[in-house]
Amino acid sequence: MTIKIGIPRATFYYEYFPMAQTFFNELGLQVITSAKTSREILNAGIQKAHADTCVPVKAFYGHVESIKNKVDFLFIPRITCLNGQTVYCPKFLGLPDMMRHAIDDVPEIIDTCIDVRTTRFAVWKAFYSIGRRFTNDKFKILKAYIKSLYALKKYKNLLMQGLFPEEAIKKLNNPNYNIQKKQDSTLHFAVLGYPYTVYDEFTTVDLLSRLKKLGVQITTIEQVPYSWIKRQHKKLPKRMFWTYSDAVVKSAFHFFEHKSVDGIIHITTFACGPDSMVIDYLKFESQNHPDMPFMSITIDEHSGEAGIHTRLEAFVDMVKRKKMLKMNTSEVYS
Amino acid sequence: MKKVSFPHMGHAGIAFKSLLEDLGNEVIMPPVPTKKTLDLGVKYAPEFACLPYKIVLGTYLELIEMGAEVLLAFDSYGPCRFGHYSHLQFLTLKNLGHDVEVICFGYPKREPIEFIRKLKKVSKHKSTIKCLYEFYKAFKKGWEKLKALDYMEKLSHKIRPRELKRGTTTKVYKQAQQWLDEAKTYSQIAEAKEAGIKAFNDISIDPEREVLKVGLTGEIYVLLEPASNLEIEETLGHMGVEVERSMFLTGWTQDNLGSGTQDHASAIEAAKPYLPYKIGGHGRETIGHVVNYAKRKFDGVIQIAPFTCTPEIVARTILNKVSKEHDIPVLTFFFDEQTAKAGITTRLEAFIDLLRRKRLEKNQVAAAI
Repeated sequence: MTIKIGIPRATFYYEYFPMAQTFFNELGLQVITSAKTSREILNAGIQKAHADTCVPVKAFYGHVESIKNKVDFLFIPRITCLNGQTVYCPKFLGLPDMMRHAIDDVPEIIDTCIDVRTTRFAVWKAFYSIGRRFTNDKFKILKAYIKSLYALKKYKNLLMQGLFPEEAIKKLNNPNYNIQKKQDSTLHFAVLGYPYTVYDEFTTVDLLSRLKKLGVQITTIEQVPYSWIKRQHKKLPKRMFWTYSDAVVKSAFHFFEHKSVDGIIHITTFACGPDSMVIDYLKFESQNHPDMPFMSITIDEHSGEAGIHTRLEAFVDMVKRKKMLKMNTSEVYS
Repeated sequence: MKKVSFPHMGHAGIAFKSLLEDLGNEVIMPPVPTKKTLDLGVKYAPEFACLPYKIVLGTYLELIEMGAEVLLAFDSYGPCRFGHYSHLQFLTLKNLGHDVEVICFGYPKREPIEFIRKLKKVSKHKSTIKCLYEFYKAFKKGWEKLKALDYMEKLSHKIRPRELKRGTTTKVYKQAQQWLDEAKTYSQIAEAKEAGIKAFNDISIDPEREVLKVGLTGEIYVLLEPASNLEIEETLGHMGVEVERSMFLTGWTQDNLGSGTQDHASAIEAAKPYLPYKIGGHGRETIGHVVNYAKRKFDGVIQIAPFTCTPEIVARTILNKVSKEHDIPVLTFFFDEQTAKAGITTRLEAFIDLLRRKRLEKNQVAAAI
């Protein structure tokens, strides 16, 4: 019987799942993911989590709860620092411990710490120590690691092309998978937020597909190359020390500066620690660029379809009208 | 010299004032945070920023009204949000059109040159060596004062639950603070300290009274600033509970800028089975302190933190298990601008009642055996 590794479909799933999947599959293990977030999963999470926790982490509890009986190991690495400069939110750093102590009968948790500031080749060392739990063949682990790096690169490329994580994962697992053709869109929005919030269809009440239906082309932080982000370093009084927040703030600054999109939507969750700072930085920056439409949407476990969709439609209408007005006036004057 | 000020944090302001005055500044003493301070802060702060952010922002606005020209702040390096507070607060002040100079001190160990550069701005001396020497002298004196102040506070925690006439300890404590504030030289500080200790010892107490022992732990600002935790220590003292607080500013300074204290090291050691890594803020320390309090046979522990404080939420989640495994009752309060004193007092009363009953049961069992 093959050993089953459980990976909850939340938090780091959206950024690193193909890497973990390839690695474990190469070692001959079976990877099991939880289903997409649903009312049942979220409710299970809400019951277990402390009331003040943010929605993504509450959902994480639910995902763990839903697969804990089906797997032998849970893969919740403690990713501390991957680029040598920025870390992750305290809740992420304590995620494996919260799961271990708040949920009953959890299977063994693989909580290897990955911190590139402590040693050289920290990622490889972490993967090596994970691999050694299942095999003694060092060469096999190295091969699996290299393959997983390759998979991650391919995945990031797909994301860069504008695919959403779920599509990209399907495409990776099945090369014949047909990607839906891009439809004609009149507007182009930057939807900025943490991947685990933006791509979770349930908690954001289908925000992205709704925008697509309204004829909006979407750019998320995955499609912002690092070279753009790097140019915005000086605009902050101090570097954001959370990886995702850093990307969100600087992508937003980029779009504010270059006006390459028609509007910016910032998605945040209620009681998110880092975002309480991010929101104000963005607010102040948007005051410097009054011609760029900007909206911040806060979601929580009670987010209703009507509330968010009404705001979205109003925002889209507003931007559309603005764009038309601009086109008309330029026609008149030219 | 420009008028210098800093945010209010418990009695630490008295020591800061002495330090800055010795460096040759005119100091405006920050007012004790009130409802008005908080309202000001809430008005201009982001919605989910935690209570300390709002109180400090409100204090800055009040200080600007009082004529402060230079505001001092402290910086940290994450992953707790505190590292961005001062920067964002000053951006907010700038956007409100206030023209104040802001100096934000980092850890001297981590960025020594920056630290000296900033130090020169609040010192009357222009040469680096002279400036550092003056700072060393001023710091040593301020440190002496802070130690005396912390000692007074510890005494007040011990005596308040046993006092015969309610409110005497608080009065004496305020008096002792004032004495220490007025002390200018080392001998005066020592004198003030002795006078304070004597005043505390003169309070008539009931040594026979059954006093519960409760540990108080959590986030640093709400622990140290009584206005933000709605004077929880005083309330507990009046209920006949001896409080032991896990954090004092002297201890914090030693842990973060010096070589560290035994207390801190043992807390981290005790937290290891539950939370082996640093998660920012004081999450790991909170867990460790609860374990240590349980081992020392305390009756219960109260954890206090501001609403949306991420590290304390992680700690709170894990504390459920700690509480079960070590058989120690834990009560948590998350403070925000909506929290009212009556609500806190009611919950405290119920909690203390439970602790008392638990102790009674234990005593009866022991007597029966």
